[in-house]
Amino acid sequence: MSVTNIGKQFGGLVALKDVTADFREGQITAIIGPNGAGKSTFFNILSGALKPSSGTLRFRGADMAGVPQHDYVHRGIARSYQITNIFPNLSVLENVRVAAQAFRSRMNIWADRSADRDSLDRASTMLASVGLSARAATPAKFLAHGQQRALEIAIALVADPALLLLDEPTAGMGPEETREMVALIEKLAAQRTILLVEHKMKMILGLSDRVLVLHHGQLLADGTPTEIQANSEVRRVYLGQNDGYA
Amino acid sequence: MSVIRNAELVPAPARRNFATLFSNVSRWRVPLSILALCILPWVLPSQALAVNVLIYGLVAVGYNLLFGYTGLLSFGHAAFFGAGAYATGIAIGAFGLHWFIAMLIGVLVSGLLATVMGVLAIRTRGIYFSMVTLALAQLVYYAALQASSWTGGENGLRGFTVSTLHLPGFSVNFLDPLVKYYAIMIVVAAALWFVSRVLSSPFGAVIEAIRENETRARACGYDVERTKLLSFILSGILCGLAGTLSAMHLSIVPLDSLHYHTSGLIVMMTLLGGAGSFFGPFIGALAFLSMEDIFSLWTSNWQLIVGVIFILFVLYLPKGIWGTLISWGKSR
Repeated sequence: MSVTNIGKQFGGLVALKDVTADFREGQITAIIGPNGAGKSTFFNILSGALKPSSGTLRFRGADMAGVPQHDYVHRGIARSYQITNIFPNLSVLENVRVAAQAFRSRMNIWADRSADRDSLDRASTMLASVGLSARAATPAKFLAHGQQRALEIAIALVADPALLLLDEPTAGMGPEETREMVALIEKLAAQRTILLVEHKMKMILGLSDRVLVLHHGQLLADGTPTEIQANSEVRRVYLGQNDGYA
Repeated sequence: MSVIRNAELVPAPARRNFATLFSNVSRWRVPLSILALCILPWVLPSQALAVNVLIYGLVAVGYNLLFGYTGLLSFGHAAFFGAGAYATGIAIGAFGLHWFIAMLIGVLVSGLLATVMGVLAIRTRGIYFSMVTLALAQLVYYAALQASSWTGGENGLRGFTVSTLHLPGFSVNFLDPLVKYYAIMIVVAAALWFVSRVLSSPFGAVIEAIRENETRARACGYDVERTKLLSFILSGILCGLAGTLSAMHLSIVPLDSLHYHTSGLIVMMTLLGGAGSFFGPFIGALAFLSMEDIFSLWTSNWQLIVGVIFILFVLYLPKGIWGTLISWGKSR
């Protein structure tokens, strides 16, 4: 995935300006920045939810300009959401199964969905790998917060994406749940490129291969966690402003 | 928590029995509903009421596909019901076509109308979707009112009585109320079977996912707009089929069948029975029409009583009759 001079304006508000970056395969890249820095906008552009006002977005050499959002996942880009975004009244298994089904059958009104064993098997395997097998039949809305976060990621993962976008995967989690999530992300990183937005600095510095710092919609710094920690400008605008993060 | 503890108190076999009962009801839903429809004219006070339950039950089932399963609240489904009825009536009355061809035309016309209305309405969301469907349906109503040389205007469409259904090899006396009931029932049963297939298809899973979370369904790789449009068209076709049956049954198409009162009636029946369940809409139509039948004997203001009951349902049993039964059974 590479982005070149990406910009986004909402009316008169400039949310992103001239952001250029390349994401290499197999790396974990974290995007950080103070509130309002443009992280979410950037993320929404990368996942196709928003179209950039200027600049180009390429994935595996293909220009993504005319690609509708629902095709992103078919090209290998899947995302999770900051606010848990699941199918609340469907069972945990069905949540993942319907996500897997998108690769088999989308508009078939005649077949029986139970004939699609492949989607069901993939969903069951995915549930097992995020530790939710025991809750498979429960409506998703009854899961605990941490389990919903895991389900959220399972829905994105069942698409087997080459590029996985995680929007604050540990939002609202306690230390124990956060540790489990970090372990899960590290396990996933072996097979795919991961891009994540996070606030928990300690976690990011330990987990990621590379950190992008956004500030006022512009790319302030881009480097390894060590370089970012040493960057005086980053310290000034971000790390230093609130010791709680560091 | 307390729910889980209470469940623990019920002996395990009892819980399993309820769970098996409901999964069996769901598995055999088409044969079970056909069985219920077969005995309906014998338990209801009149065969006329039974035919009405059939027709409005089918309308509510068709509407439920869009409202209960896809999560789109349309206030314009009278347009499809009416269009199916008018098209069938005109095909028989003005063109002298065979009743079967006339029915096909009715379904086709309502499907086309649903495509046009769907394409326009699906661009909007929430209350705007409801308002656009309502406005478009009113447009159809006034078009029918104005085109009185075709539709009979305010007097409704008359003069196309179907007294015998000619089929290859035999004919059916459509004037005998009981024969008429079972003839219509065969069509309704086929439609129920079709709906059941659609609901258990992959497409059925997608529309439920869209109802639950449109954003996520899109991120999962589903073309939400196309899926909604197909659901809208299928729903319109089913309501149109009910309309053609209504025309054949009554031998008249009242202009009111296109009025937004009819659209409201469809929403009420669906909610009363339980949106988003297979049996709910039919039970809603049965309950609503039975109440009308009973209360209208007592007072001409029967709608007042039905209205109060409806409000009580919306306030205290929002899942409707069947939906409440299901969740009660599952919690046991």
